[in-house]
Amino acid sequence: MAARDFFKDIRLEKRYFRTRIYLVALLVLVCMLTLALRLFYLQVSSHDYYATLSQENRMKIVPVPPTRGLVYDRNMNLLAANKPSYQIRVTPVEVDNLEQVISQLGQLIELEEHHLKKFYGDLKRKQSFESIPLKVNLSEDEVARFSVNRHRYPGIEITAQASRYYPMAGVNAHALGYVGRINADEIQKLDRKDYSGTTYIGKVGVEKFYEQALHGTVGYQHIEINAQGRKLRVLKSIPPEPGKDVMLTLDVRLQEVALQALGERRGSVVAIEPETGEILVFVSTPTYDPNQFVNGIGSRQYAQLRDDPDQPLFNRALSGLYPPGSTIKPMVALAGLHYGVTRVDDTIWAGPYFQLPGSQHKYRDWKKEGHGRVDMSKAITQSSDVYFYTLAHKLGIDRMAEFLAQFNFGSRTGLDTWGEAKGILPSQEWKRKVHGQPWYPGETVITGIGQGYLSATPLQLALATSVLATRGQEVQPKFLRKYLPATRPSGDGNGKSPASVPRSVDIADAHHWDRIVEAMEDSVHEPNGTAYTVGKDAGYRIAGKTGTAQVFSLKKDGEHQEYIEEDLDEKLRDHALFIAFAPADKPKIAIAVIVENGGGGGVTAAPVAKAVLDHYLLGNEYAQQDAS
Amino acid sequence: MATLNTITKQERRPLLNLDPILMGGLVVLCAAGLAVLYSAANNDAGVVLHQFGHFIIGFMAMVLLAQIPSKQLFKWSPWLYLGGLVLLVMVLVVGYSGKGAQRWLDLGVIRFQPSELMKIFLPMMIAWYLSDKHVPPSLRYIVVALLMIAVPVWLIFLQPDLGTALLVFSLGIFVIFLAGITWRLLAVSGCLMLASVPVFWIYLHDYQRQRIITLLNPESDPLGAGYHIIQSKIALGSGGLYGKGWLNGTQSQLDFLPERSTDFIFAVFGEEFGFLGTVLLLFVYGFVVMRGLSIASYAEDTYSRLLAGSLSLSFFVYFVVNIGMVSGLLPIVGVPLPLISYGGTSMVTILAAFGILMSIHSSQNLFTS
Repeated sequence: MAARDFFKDIRLEKRYFRTRIYLVALLVLVCMLTLALRLFYLQVSSHDYYATLSQENRMKIVPVPPTRGLVYDRNMNLLAANKPSYQIRVTPVEVDNLEQVISQLGQLIELEEHHLKKFYGDLKRKQSFESIPLKVNLSEDEVARFSVNRHRYPGIEITAQASRYYPMAGVNAHALGYVGRINADEIQKLDRKDYSGTTYIGKVGVEKFYEQALHGTVGYQHIEINAQGRKLRVLKSIPPEPGKDVMLTLDVRLQEVALQALGERRGSVVAIEPETGEILVFVSTPTYDPNQFVNGIGSRQYAQLRDDPDQPLFNRALSGLYPPGSTIKPMVALAGLHYGVTRVDDTIWAGPYFQLPGSQHKYRDWKKEGHGRVDMSKAITQSSDVYFYTLAHKLGIDRMAEFLAQFNFGSRTGLDTWGEAKGILPSQEWKRKVHGQPWYPGETVITGIGQGYLSATPLQLALATSVLATRGQEVQPKFLRKYLPATRPSGDGNGKSPASVPRSVDIADAHHWDRIVEAMEDSVHEPNGTAYTVGKDAGYRIAGKTGTAQVFSLKKDGEHQEYIEEDLDEKLRDHALFIAFAPADKPKIAIAVIVENGGGGGVTAAPVAKAVLDHYLLGNEYAQQDAS
Repeated sequence: MATLNTITKQERRPLLNLDPILMGGLVVLCAAGLAVLYSAANNDAGVVLHQFGHFIIGFMAMVLLAQIPSKQLFKWSPWLYLGGLVLLVMVLVVGYSGKGAQRWLDLGVIRFQPSELMKIFLPMMIAWYLSDKHVPPSLRYIVVALLMIAVPVWLIFLQPDLGTALLVFSLGIFVIFLAGITWRLLAVSGCLMLASVPVFWIYLHDYQRQRIITLLNPESDPLGAGYHIIQSKIALGSGGLYGKGWLNGTQSQLDFLPERSTDFIFAVFGEEFGFLGTVLLLFVYGFVVMRGLSIASYAEDTYSRLLAGSLSLSFFVYFVVNIGMVSGLLPIVGVPLPLISYGGTSMVTILAAFGILMSIHSSQNLFTS
């Protein structure tokens, strides 16, 4: 350091510094004088003014939380309601011999260790005139027992607070979601003023997406308090603006039918009204009771849900990714027609397997002996794998990807909820980007039958089916039908009701649609169709396509390996899929069904779809017949 | 201490290097802080005990730092600065967020705000950099120093923590100012800074703009941000000349005054101890700052001078900004009242800074001997 200082004029520098320090000291004095003058002004000159204000500072502003909007299905069945929940509160200053009184209360109300611990903790922190909750969520019995004895307990009262309640329990859980108590993370993100009196916030699903509309706007009460801070009377109140009531597109009746049809099995059903994009059914099984989450779920119950191997909390309809299997075939067929790779009446010999030129590898058909000579219609009706291996090979992956993208594969549908999965629509570029590898021709072949990288959510499959139903018109799927009473046509806030952007599939000749739809009808109504089990006694025309998605791949080259369902562990069995719309000529509903590890689509998934379609199209009479 | 100082001339060095004058002032402030905190926390002894723990930790840091010769601090300066920058970047990447801003770094054992460290490391760095430059430093060196200031300030601003960013910025500027920047340059850069205010305004968060608007017209938002200012002015004003007495402030005891244990604790003090109390408190604060400045002016080497001067000034800015904000002269920027507001990190950093001042004080003759 000494060496560095050598070139400096130390004395000059010191002088400089001294000057600066004096200046700074002067600044300090000036600032302090300013502060002192300000304090003199406030504390001495204006003392009378502020003393009066302080005396009159008896007005407190307390927030009044808005009532959360109700949620209905499309037929005005109540899905989410508010019901009073009771809590018992103690105002310590008014209670003599607090501990004794509390232990007496224990005979009327079940008080556990954690209630008391929380209460005594609050007691230390709060003023003695503030009322402190002793226990929330009292049972009706407890409320009744206390009410009878109320006169014996001055300073102790029961108050009611609105709590969210889902009367249909688990029926709509995966669409509706639930509310829960606001947590620390959420507090940081939301408008604290608006939520100052609010207990609950939408955590998932519609409850979360339409949070802003459902929540409403906070109100205020100006209350007068006395010198000890006790509330005397309400001076003025700005009432809260309650949250909007919401009508969803769901049909609870159909939800129940779908749940019942799926039964104990894991799976999902999504149905869309093709004209409007309104979601009629949105079911994922197993489901759970959202009421458990409203006031905080116990850690044991939560662990039970979380660790259940069937994953009830997992929203299969929205985020479950499944290979579409053969349900992709009608769309691959359309791609073949659009690009002129094949014509409807061109036939090929569909033997037991397909081989790429110059390769020994055998891509087998699900039917051991093959289908013989098939044209496109037959290939769809009987679900020939070899036909679609050949077609996919001719199309190439990129053209297939381009065409399937128009059916919304590989991108989110934009449904008005949270947590939608995107699925995978593979292409050469996609594989290079994600896996850093080139595309192999064999991967094109299996994409033709909806296997390989291709994956989609049940919601995406339902939307694609709806596009088939409308012959190429894509609609925006949505949960929100309207606000009640209809205040605004489309939503506001974070719940932007998805705006309909009509898109249509680009196809060379509109007649192609009819041929494909006919083939899909045949697969349901013709005896050799894969879904004839449900079509043979249907009272209306259904256009459908079965699918079976491989979960476990048998060794590809194994000549003698066969898929024998009974031999396989249940979780390794194929997923059963079925897509359909009906009535075929004038579709009113498009549906996608997935039954996990259900085996064949025609046997397992199609009857689930049929049950929903019957109830929707044949109505109550049928439902009653069915029940009797 | 007196006995230690009267030992023979060869043995002049006391057992512990501490400045009793400075320490006296600090202890008075801390004691006043604990007393008013007890009232602000509605007689919760637990909070006071916790704060006392902070004081003990800070006090130990101060004693420890006072023993390190300033020559050592000089050598460490650039490394501490670089380490501080790394921590600030880490906060933005993996920081723990509280109250909507990422300011905390969780090291498993302790959780702290690296921006607080910068309040010491930045002036050390600038003092280190300017210590071997000619006086007054040329524009080139000043620009480099400004860049050294800008990087951490920007990182803190991103957290976002406007109050601390401004404070750290002013700390760096103090060093440059004390190093002898010419008046012409000072005037020019002052004008430039004023001109950049509108640009800065664009980058402010909504709540930060709201605070400035509210300062100009608190009644515009009596339920929101204006509520703080209105209630704290009522608290101070109703205190009068003598105050309402300890534990008797109605504004604070009846829960009208928000954040009364932290940023608004001065209003509690003013309500309960009146104008006499606040002026006395101001006097003690002034005394501590003046003592710091005097240590700076007697320091023998440039580095120590600059560092001591800027640390004293930072303490000054702390209390002036806080009292200015509580009395409605400055916008609410979330600066605590030093040594009195509840909070661990600020207590420890401030006492540590005074440890450095004491070390400079005791190594006055380091370079002449």
